Order: sequence, then structure tokens, then C-alpha cells
Amino acid sequence: MTYQFQFGAVFARVDLLIDGFLLTLQLTAITSCLGFLIGLACAITRTYGPAPARLAVAAYVEVFRNTPFLVQLFLIFFGIPEVGKLLGVKWLPTPYWAAIIALSINIAAYMTEVIRAGLESIHRSQVEAAESLGLSKLQVILHVVLPPALRNVYPALSSEFILLMLGTSVVSVISVEELTGAGNLIQSETYRTFETYALIWVIYFALAVALKLLLDLLAGWIIGRRVSRIGASAGHA
Amino acid sequence: MSVLEVRGVSKSFGTVEVLRDISLELEQGQMLALIGRSGSGKSTLLRCLNGLERIDAGSIAIAGHHMGRDPAALRRLRQDVGIVFQAYNLFPHLSVGRNIMLAPRLVLRRSDAEAEAKAREVLAAVGLSEKFDAYPDQLSGGQQQRVAIARSLAMTPKVMLFDEVTSALDPELTKEVLRTMETLAETGMTMVLVTHEMNFARRVADRVAFMHAGRIHEIAPPDDLFAAPRTPELQQFLSSML
Amino acid sequence: MRDFGVNDILYLLTATQWTIYLTILSFVAGGLLGLVLAIARTSRSPLASGAALVWIRAFQNTPLLIQLFLIYYGLGLLGYRLPPFVAAVVGLTFYTSAFLGEIWRGCILSVPRQQWEAGDALALTPWQLRRHVVLPQAIRIAIPPTVGFLVKLIKNSSLASIVGMTELMRAATAINNATFQPFKVFAVAALIYFTLCFPLTLLSRHFERKLDVSARG
Repeated sequence: MTYQFQFGAVFARVDLLIDGFLLTLQLTAITSCLGFLIGLACAITRTYGPAPARLAVAAYVEVFRNTPFLVQLFLIFFGIPEVGKLLGVKWLPTPYWAAIIALSINIAAYMTEVIRAGLESIHRSQVEAAESLGLSKLQVILHVVLPPALRNVYPALSSEFILLMLGTSVVSVISVEELTGAGNLIQSETYRTFETYALIWVIYFALAVALKLLLDLLAGWIIGRRVSRIGASAGHA
Repeated sequence: MSVLEVRGVSKSFGTVEVLRDISLELEQGQMLALIGRSGSGKSTLLRCLNGLERIDAGSIAIAGHHMGRDPAALRRLRQDVGIVFQAYNLFPHLSVGRNIMLAPRLVLRRSDAEAEAKAREVLAAVGLSEKFDAYPDQLSGGQQQRVAIARSLAMTPKVMLFDEVTSALDPELTKEVLRTMETLAETGMTMVLVTHEMNFARRVADRVAFMHAGRIHEIAPPDDLFAAPRTPELQQFLSSML
Repeated sequence: MRDFGVNDILYLLTATQWTIYLTILSFVAGGLLGLVLAIARTSRSPLASGAALVWIRAFQNTPLLIQLFLIYYGLGLLGYRLPPFVAAVVGLTFYTSAFLGEIWRGCILSVPRQQWEAGDALALTPWQLRRHVVLPQAIRIAIPPTVGFLVKLIKNSSLASIVGMTELMRAATAINNATFQPFKVFAVAALIYFTLCFPLTLLSRHFERKLDVSARG
């Protein structure tokens, strides 16, 4: 028996694909911002905070980095209503909000570790120099430690963003109709399962490559201006 | 009027006593040079003067501030006490101009324009006007160190501390940094420096303190101290420096 | 509806066995394939290196879930109705090979250039050079990130539940459907995963620290 590949039926539902694609982009954008900000706050707390807060952040990071995202997603989507009932709070997260919360909290745990490594890569003497100029602790962190720290870990950060984008496919299991969810719908309508997922696979691949290019460009824009200046001065000398 | 008063200061790292009962005074506009072997406690003493190291006993009054533990008071003290380090410690992600403007903007709440004017003024004072937009890694070690001096000057400190600022430089670059420091001394800045440059200390300092085993072993005007060392430790140290 | 009880926990623990089998099988098979990929990526042949790169990027730049779907349904199309376990092992093996291949490539390249040159100077063949000079040194560097990846693999094996394999995650979902006590059920599942993963995380960190110390000393 030879199988005839038919992509026609799949392409007929390009509308679903586009919606799914846009939702994947949206989820990625929102949760990478939220995850980055939470991770930043946690990393600063973990490095410079008081001992109990440091411990709390460490526990959060270990729990979320050592359990599957799928379990976290289910705990938030199915578990919040159950816990809410016990507390007398009636809030049912929609799949969309459950996905946003789970993705943000999950990626933030990874971001915390990456940013913390960056903070620790900055030599103590930089902090001393800034403190000697009278800067407050927060000013030292924000203006002196953080910029070069983030620059040092930019490659690791950008690969976390890509992993996050690919990870959003998992939220299709709680029926969020992002790209993978759209694929599930299309294949159940068309019975062209393999073709559907093959196409989705290609789209993710393209998206990952595009995201990588974008992040590299961004890096060039943030860091690269320096590089071109150094190049120019080398020309003088 | 003394700008610096150190009374009975002691400090230990673990079980090692690095400073033992140090007392000294310095008048406005004078330069004090701390000399001695490495491990004699001179850098630790200097770092105590702006609170980078905490003292275990004794008191320090500097530039009208009393050294205490309150972080806000310590920040006010540091606005009046500049320090320059051996490793320059410029901020690598900021241009020279931005390095100098950072503290005036954040700590003194100066506007960008005011901070820039001040930055250009102090940069001119160290002879590096044209480097305003350069980045630290584009400069020689000597230039970086002069920028570090300018960065401290931008806070208009009353006292400047120098921690072996030429130790990482080759002789040619050392000369240019020392010249900058000498110019600064001529403007009447009160300065305390830890140094291995004996000729510089002898020629420019008003007083020289020889530190040994955590104590001030001898302290005197440079001509007396270098010409007539009274203790065998200082004699030995001076002969080893030749 | 019934309550979540001791029997359910026992059932979850039984299902955990399958999570472990799945992980070990794909780790070993994926590791072997990954070693080939790492050697191919660091070889001088552009063909071998290029082919390995394509394979690695194909799996690293796409979601594991889609890879599992494609293998499960794709092999089905060829006329094989594979049991979900086999599809999951194949899927996770490919996924593992790509990640370990890339991790190990980095470890091989971090062996200093002079070591390669010294081996060349002794007239070792390319294979002898790798086998006796480069790999033994690369393995030390490779241990922490490899153990780290094993943690990632255990966590990601939970996606096999979506293509119908009964491992820990799918067992938890089934129990939840019967008891409607999702918080308890999934919290216990999370705890089991944590018990599997956390010691490995600590182990990876321990090796990393040892490596740091020996690099400094």
C-alpha cells in the first residue's frame, strides 16, 4: 500500500493556521516579557536579597526546574479551581490565562538561573567602585552590575526565549488553539494527520530560525554599536 | 584643621590582625603616602577610610563625616571621599563620559547637561578631553587610570584616596598618572595614597607613614623619613626598594 | 466519583517505572546516536558535518510534541501501527541524539587545540587521536551538562502521555478523570518527578563544581 500525500485539504484551512500562528507569537511575546521580569526580580533577590528571600527563590527555582512543564500546567489549569473552592474563591482560569501563568512562571525559573550567573560574573571590584562613588545598592545593581551582566549571558538568554517559543506547543493539550492546537483541529477535520503536523513542523522550524535571527540582530543593536566604535578607533591607530 | 582623624583603629580578618591601634591625622591640602611591604595593612587602612572595610575598634572622622554603619550616612561620606583603585574599575559598558557622569546624575541628581559640563571639565583636568566618547577598552592603562581619577573628581570630593594606582602600569604610563596626581596635589586636594613609588612619595608627599605588621611603624615628613630611618625594619625596607 | 487513595499512589508508582524505562532506553540509544553526531560534527568532512548539523537543527528548532506526533502518525502511515511506547522511545531517542550531539560537540571542541596538534605530531590516525587523546578529556567536561540533559529528558518524557503511552503523566491524568481531585493527583505526580530529577540536578552541580576546582587548581 502506498500512501498519497495530500496537502490540499490542509492548506484549505490556512485561516486556522494563521490564527494559531499569531496566537503562538502572542503567547511567546507576553510570556517572555513576564518571565524575563519575574526572572530578573528573582535573580536580584537570589543574589543580593536577605537570607529568607534567597531561600524562597531557590526553592521556587528548584521546584519548577525539576518537574515537567505539563504537570505545572495541569496543576494551574485544573488545580487552581480545586484550591479556590477550598478557600472559597471562585476563579476558573480560562485555558488562555492558565497557559500565560504557567509559561511565565516556568520560564522565569530558568531565566532566574541564567541572569544569576550573569550577576555573579561581574567582579566585586565593580560594585566597590560604584559604592565608593556614593551610589545606593539598588543604583549599583541597576546601573553598574546589570547591563554588563545581561550582556554576558545574552546567548543563554536568547536560547531560553527560543525554547520558550517551542514549549508553547504544549499548551495545546488544554485546548489553547495556538499553532499546535490549530494542527490538532485541522487533522481531526481533514484526516490528513501526517501532512498537517509536517507542515506545522516546518512552520515552527522557520519561526525558531527567524526568532534566532531577530535576537541576534537585537544583540547587534544593543552590543554592536560598541563593536563598530572599537573598529573605528582601531582604524585611527 | 584636620580633615582626617584616625583614632585607635584595629581590624582583623578572621584570626589575623591586619590593623593594630592605628592613629593619625592629616591637615587640609596635605598629601600622606602609606608605604610598606605587601601584607603590612596599608591597603586595608586605605579601604577603611571610605568604609569599604569595616573597622573592629576605634574611630575615623574624614571630610567632616564620622564613619558609622548607617548606609545612608556612609553614602554621604563617600560623596566627599573619592577613591581610585589599582585595577581602574571603570564601568566597561559605559563610555568615558558616561562613566564620569553616572554618579553626579544618580547621586547628586544633576541634570544631564550639568553632569556633562562637569565631566568635560574634569576630563580636561586630567588631559583627556578628546576621549569623552571612547570606551574604556579603547584606552591605554594610563588613560583608564586618569579617567578613573576624573570620575572621582566629578563628585568634587574633599579627600582623595589612591590605592596603588600605578602598580599595574609600565614605567612610561606610570609617569603620566603620577604627573596627573601631582597636578591635583598642587590644586590643594587632600590626598592619601598607598604607593610603591618612593621617589614620588619623597618629592610630593607632605608626610610619609611606613607600615609594618599592621602598625604605623614610623611617620614623618619624607626628607626625615627617607634620609634618616630610625628603625631597622624601615632601613631594610628602603634598601630592598633600591 | 471516588477519593484519591493509597491504591492510586501505588498505580502512579507503577506507572513511574515506565517513565524510567522510557527515559533510560532513549537516553542510551540517543546517546549512541549523539556520539556519532558529535564526532561527525567535529570531523573534517563537510558532508558528515553538514548532515549532522541538519539533523541536530531539525530536532532542536522544533517542538518535541510535534516530533512525537510526526513519528507516531508518520510510522502509522507506513502501515505500522506502532505501540505508543515504541513511538515514544523513537521520538525521544532522536530528540536526545540532537541535544547530546550538540552538547558533546562543544565539549570536544573545548579540548585545547594544542592537544589535537600534539596527537597529530605523534602521527596518530584521526580515529586514534579522538579515541585516546580528545574523548577522554572531553568526557570530563561533558559529565555535568549530560546529567543536566538527563533531567530535561525525564521531564520531557511526560509528553509521551499525549501520544497515548501510559507512563506517570498519563496515569495521573487517568486517576484525575476518575477522582476529580486534580490538585492532589498532579501534586503527587509532581513530587514523584521532583524525586527523580532533583538528585540528578544536585549530582550535575556537584560534578560541575569539581570540574571548576580542578580547572583552577
